[in-house]
Amino acid sequence: MKIGVFVCHCGSNIAGTVDVVQVAEAAKSMPEVAFAKDTMYACSEPGQQGIIDAIKEMGLDGAVVASCTPRMHGSTFMRTVARAGLNPYMFEMANIREHVSWIGKDKVANTRKAIDLVRMAVAKLAQNKPLYSQSFSINKRVMIIGGGVAGIQAALDCADGGLQVVLVEKTTTIGGKMAKLDKTFPTVDCSSCILGPRMVDVAQHPNITLHASAEVDEVFGYVGNYQVEVRKKATYVNWKTCTGCGACMEKCPSKKSKDPFNELIGTTTAINIPFPQAIPKRASIDRDSCIKFKTGKCGICAKVCPTKAIDYDQQDEMITEEVGAIIAATGFDLMDWHVYGQYGAGRYPDVITSLQYERMLSASGPTGGHIKRPSDKKEPKTIVFIQCVGSRDKSVGRPYCTGFCCMYTAKQAILTKDHIPDSESYVFYMDIRAPGKMYDEFTRRAMEEYGAKYIRGRVSMVYPQDGKMIVRGVDTLAGAQVEVEADLVVLAVGAEGAAGSAQLAEKLRISYDSYGFFMEGHPKLKPVETNTAGVYLAGCAQGPKDIPSSVAQGSAAAAKVLSLFSKDQLQSDPQVSKVDLKRCVGCMKCAITCPFGAIKETEVRGEIKAQVIETICQGCGICTSTCRQGAIQLQNFTDNQILAEVNALLSSETEEA
Amino acid sequence: MDKELRIVGFLCNWCSYGGADTAGVGRFVQPTDLRIIRMPCSGRIDPLFVLKTLIGGADGVLVSGCHPRDCHYAEGNYYARRRLEVLKRFLPIIGIDPGRFEYTWVSASEGQRWQHVVTSFTNQIHALGPVQRIGRQSLAKACSLGTVLEPLA
Ligand SMILES: Cc1cc2nc3c(=O)[nH]c(=O)nc-3n(C[C@H](O)[C@H](O)[C@H](O)COP(=O)(O)OP(=O)(O)OC[C@H]3O[C@@H](n4cnc5c(N)ncnc54)[C@H](O)[C@@H]3O)c2cc1C
Ligand code: SF4
Ligand code: SF4
Repeated sequence: MKIGVFVCHCGSNIAGTVDVVQVAEAAKSMPEVAFAKDTMYACSEPGQQGIIDAIKEMGLDGAVVASCTPRMHGSTFMRTVARAGLNPYMFEMANIREHVSWIGKDKVANTRKAIDLVRMAVAKLAQNKPLYSQSFSINKRVMIIGGGVAGIQAALDCADGGLQVVLVEKTTTIGGKMAKLDKTFPTVDCSSCILGPRMVDVAQHPNITLHASAEVDEVFGYVGNYQVEVRKKATYVNWKTCTGCGACMEKCPSKKSKDPFNELIGTTTAINIPFPQAIPKRASIDRDSCIKFKTGKCGICAKVCPTKAIDYDQQDEMITEEVGAIIAATGFDLMDWHVYGQYGAGRYPDVITSLQYERMLSASGPTGGHIKRPSDKKEPKTIVFIQCVGSRDKSVGRPYCTGFCCMYTAKQAILTKDHIPDSESYVFYMDIRAPGKMYDEFTRRAMEEYGAKYIRGRVSMVYPQDGKMIVRGVDTLAGAQVEVEADLVVLAVGAEGAAGSAQLAEKLRISYDSYGFFMEGHPKLKPVETNTAGVYLAGCAQGPKDIPSSVAQGSAAAAKVLSLFSKDQLQSDPQVSKVDLKRCVGCMKCAITCPFGAIKETEVRGEIKAQVIETICQGCGICTSTCRQGAIQLQNFTDNQILAEVNALLSSETEEA
Repeated sequence: MDKELRIVGFLCNWCSYGGADTAGVGRFVQPTDLRIIRMPCSGRIDPLFVLKTLIGGADGVLVSGCHPRDCHYAEGNYYARRRLEVLKRFLPIIGIDPGRFEYTWVSASEGQRWQHVVTSFTNQIHALGPVQRIGRQSLAKACSLGTVLEPLA
């Protein structure tokens, strides 16, 4: 075999701490290497052309590129190799940037390490085999999990593009957090006026199937062919017959039920429709507050319902949806701010969250749009906003910035002045982060036009005194302690991944971080992809972001799905396992361990043998390490190849002790 | 630090390999002894790879995969965890210091954790010192005794 080795300088990224010329020189004497050269930027146009030219001129059979991580440019160089006429799998990478040049400055040690990594890659490549993809058909339906503004946008874009869309929403209505907002920055237009019509579009679009009050139970399959088990949670109301007239709500005697839509300020009835614009506009019963469920007596709603939709015996229903791609848009939740003992940890009724305040500002909220402090329902005159509660605070394990709190606090300060002209707003902040179109101007308006008093510093303590909340903090610009006598305190609580997002990520086999946000394929270049083919992200599920960015990601994820589905067939990744029939004894242990059911039993001349279904195999190699016969080998990751890498590394050192 | 030792890492592509990349992107300085072999999944790691690597003269072997429950292939790291735990207990039986082998879980976002894992494992191996190298001939002789010790070259 004739192998070519290309060692990249990456400008000074690699060459600064690795002697790349020496690495190329050392490569020349490695077994099977017919050509080795350093190159300034292997991934650039001239860099790639240099690889192509060398392959053609020298008649090379394979190439090793020693540069950055294969997770970054592996596929780039595979295409380069293919353009030179080779099979793209006749290629390996040695990661001498992320794993060498960037993590140490000792040039001698780095160069030695880079040479080793190249030697290992060469030894592996020497045993690579050309691989060929197969095509398989795809199911051009898409599932979107989460019906917030990001999921709604993705659903509408996909549906308008002609795809069949299944939208799965956990609560009984779509809309997400945006449906709870009163007005939205930076234009202060009414949230439900811009979101409402889009929600209606979802309900009426012929291509969208909406499952509300539903969650994903299990996910099987792979890109192009997923089977998703959806659990439709019992609502105790038959939604096929319910018309959303609300007669039940008027008569329900249990009026003190928790109202999660209104963030628990105010109460609702046990049977309820969360808000007038809910989509679907259907009633559901909260079992925990329903008198019928608690005592067996009542049943009033069943009597008043004109369409006889009430069904106290309803059970959860399981549905299997078959889709080719999935977009996860499950959004965020506020972190549990009760860890802040210094702000009362939830003990003081007049310390509320920003989302509760939104509900108070909203004309359709429980106070009818009048700001009233919860303790005595009086109109507050002095309102203190505290920013960064659960953001940028390592002491509660939240080092990150939620990003939108500065902006919505400015919005809430503006709206407060609109609602109560003789009120005074104070905002305790750390920094103002307003990097968006018209954003900084907006925060300035809050200060200059609406007179909100911004105090730079943390609040150390909030406590009640004589019917007021005393907010004690520091003004770091004045270098002084400050105390404000507030009527109401609003906490800008930071965001975290939606409850249950970790469990969902595990079902989707995508990565998530310790705050419950899903990990994108690449922090810069693949913002809505994941590492699992056919699974995409949109909105706050990926990380906190405001509405414009959530919508943009919703559209981006939809565009990704539309481009994936623009072909009728997908090419399978040919790096799959293969059975050596001579070695296979038909024990089928591999089939038991394969997580994808990619191995089936066949009979070859009367003997049972394993057979890999190439389009289903995902290339994990679990079967390979299970098979005691060494019969099933993950191609281009065979036992021999991995040991060849080990051997290439160690053999140079194994001298007689 | 004293002379570089031979440390081999078997890393899952989806998490720890990415974590090592993240550490690199973040310029988290690490000792230079480790050589990483990329694996598709920790479940692909045959315990024999670890054994052969140690017998072949490596001073330490580090395996790292995705946190349990967070496997790209759903359950590969459960297989890995069982196999590697058994292996770790088996090492002293065949006369290998179990401290020369560790397995751990690092995700693609945990660059800093990766720096810590590499640094502490490298220190651990340096504390144990280099293994006594078995020469080619003695190895060949030993190998004729059983198939597990099949020579690498
Ligand atoms: C107080 C406050 C004020 C704000 N004001 C503004 C503003 O003025 N302007 C602005 O641009 N941004 C504002 N934001 C930010 C805005 O709320 C977000 O950008 C937006 O809601 C993100 O939309 P999303 O669809 O990603 O997530 P979400 O709105 O959180 O929607 C996610 C949806 O997914 C559902 N879901 C969750 N888990 C699952 C599951 N496992 N299965 C099925 N469904 C699930 C949820 O029920 C929800 O319906 C504000 C945020 C807060 C907290
Ligand atoms: S585990 Fe090996 S021997 Fe057993 S059926 Fe699978 S390939 Fe054949
Ligand atoms: S490599 Fe083996 S275990 Fe993994 S998906 Fe393919 S056949 Fe199944």
